Amino acid sequence: MKNKSLVSITDYTKGEYLSILDTAAEFEKNSYQDLLKGKVVATLFFEPSTRTRLSFESAVNRLGGRVIGFSDANTSSVTKGETLYDTIKVVSNFAELIIMRHPLEGSARYASELSKVPIVNAGDGANQHPTQTLLDLYSIRKTQGTLDNLKICMVGDLKYGRTVHSLLMALSQFGANFYFISPDELKMPKEYKMHLDSLNLHYQESKDINENILDADIIYMTRVQKERFSDPIEYERTKNAYVLKGEMLSGCKNTMRVLHPLPRVNEIDQEVDSGPFAYYFEQTENGVYVRQAIISIILGLK
Amino acid sequence: MKNNILEVSAIKDGTVIDHIPAGNLFKVISILRLEEIKETITFGTNFQSKKLGKKAIIKLSNVFFKDSDINRISLVAPEAKLNIIKDYKVVEKKIVEVPDEIQGIIKCVNPKCITNHEKIITKFSLVDKKKIQLRCHFCEKITDPSLIEKI
Repeated sequence: MKNKSLVSITDYTKGEYLSILDTAAEFEKNSYQDLLKGKVVATLFFEPSTRTRLSFESAVNRLGGRVIGFSDANTSSVTKGETLYDTIKVVSNFAELIIMRHPLEGSARYASELSKVPIVNAGDGANQHPTQTLLDLYSIRKTQGTLDNLKICMVGDLKYGRTVHSLLMALSQFGANFYFISPDELKMPKEYKMHLDSLNLHYQESKDINENILDADIIYMTRVQKERFSDPIEYERTKNAYVLKGEMLSGCKNTMRVLHPLPRVNEIDQEVDSGPFAYYFEQTENGVYVRQAIISIILGLK
Repeated sequence: MKNNILEVSAIKDGTVIDHIPAGNLFKVISILRLEEIKETITFGTNFQSKKLGKKAIIKLSNVFFKDSDINRISLVAPEAKLNIIKDYKVVEKKIVEVPDEIQGIIKCVNPKCITNHEKIITKFSLVDKKKIQLRCHFCEKITDPSLIEKI
């Protein structure tokens, strides 16, 4: 994986996922290591994403590296009309690795083909966000002890949510069993169900959150956004049907954990936070270790 | 016109492209850049065809295509057949093949794809040969044949 850009979750093999997770586990035990001392990493955020950027910057800082970059395209020469082509050609002279977030889909693949240093995709529009998927895998393995044959319940916006699509693609290599719970307007797209069919993996679809979460190993919550609905009345009718509340979890497996890529709005009631099942804040901590692992592996330091 | 049958004169040397879906004739002309050719070109459209309903045909004098060029029309005319004519005789018949990878020619259907915002040569891989579904190398979205739009 040395010098190999991470653009899409499908760029890496199952074996490569596992070696990233193993390295991340080492960083969890000992997070502050001066592997990047004297090295510069660029974070180019053409659209703001505070959580993702801070997580990456924390990862670089814990490794002893320096960060250059911008957190919003308004503070870069993009506002002067500079192309992504030019920005990448220039910045790849300044840093040994580029971490990039961009609103246009395919921008990370394009950048990886222009840049002389590796690119880590920190989200390209609705397309890919592979480090999120890897930290999801890490969190699942850490809480369940394995990634094999788990029952995964995905709830909310399964149509537009790139995190559920990438997680599905990654977990399908481990023989998962999926429950898709969403309103009709936001169902899992056909291409992903066809992918599961081609691997003979089981999945079920439902509109009802209550009946389907009791035997889940993981509940993966996502945000149902108003702008995704063509009919605002339909949104008002469904918005409260996909809110996870404390009492709904009472019959769940003891080992079950609730994940969420965050930001959360109201889809997980705050009372869940203090219960035994909430894992979404630990999930963000895991993100730093996973990003440390990805950066140090790509730079050939691990 | 003789006996109500349209006659298109035969060509001595050149290429006949047959079985083009009538609706895609002008796309084929544009993909092959026939407007730049100085030789005699005859084309007709809306002929009855058992296979296609209505078909179009193009006859080009003294023009011969490379396979890699002619295969570009497979996206809009997957069943096209070529007759290579030498001295009024068909010396070779060819069918077009959909290439596994297509560079340029078509536009990505996704308005948020980077290729629609910067000067980039599009690149697609064929995910379904029968349905001609193309996956964008950059944004990974699928462009259906019905949505194919030439650059």
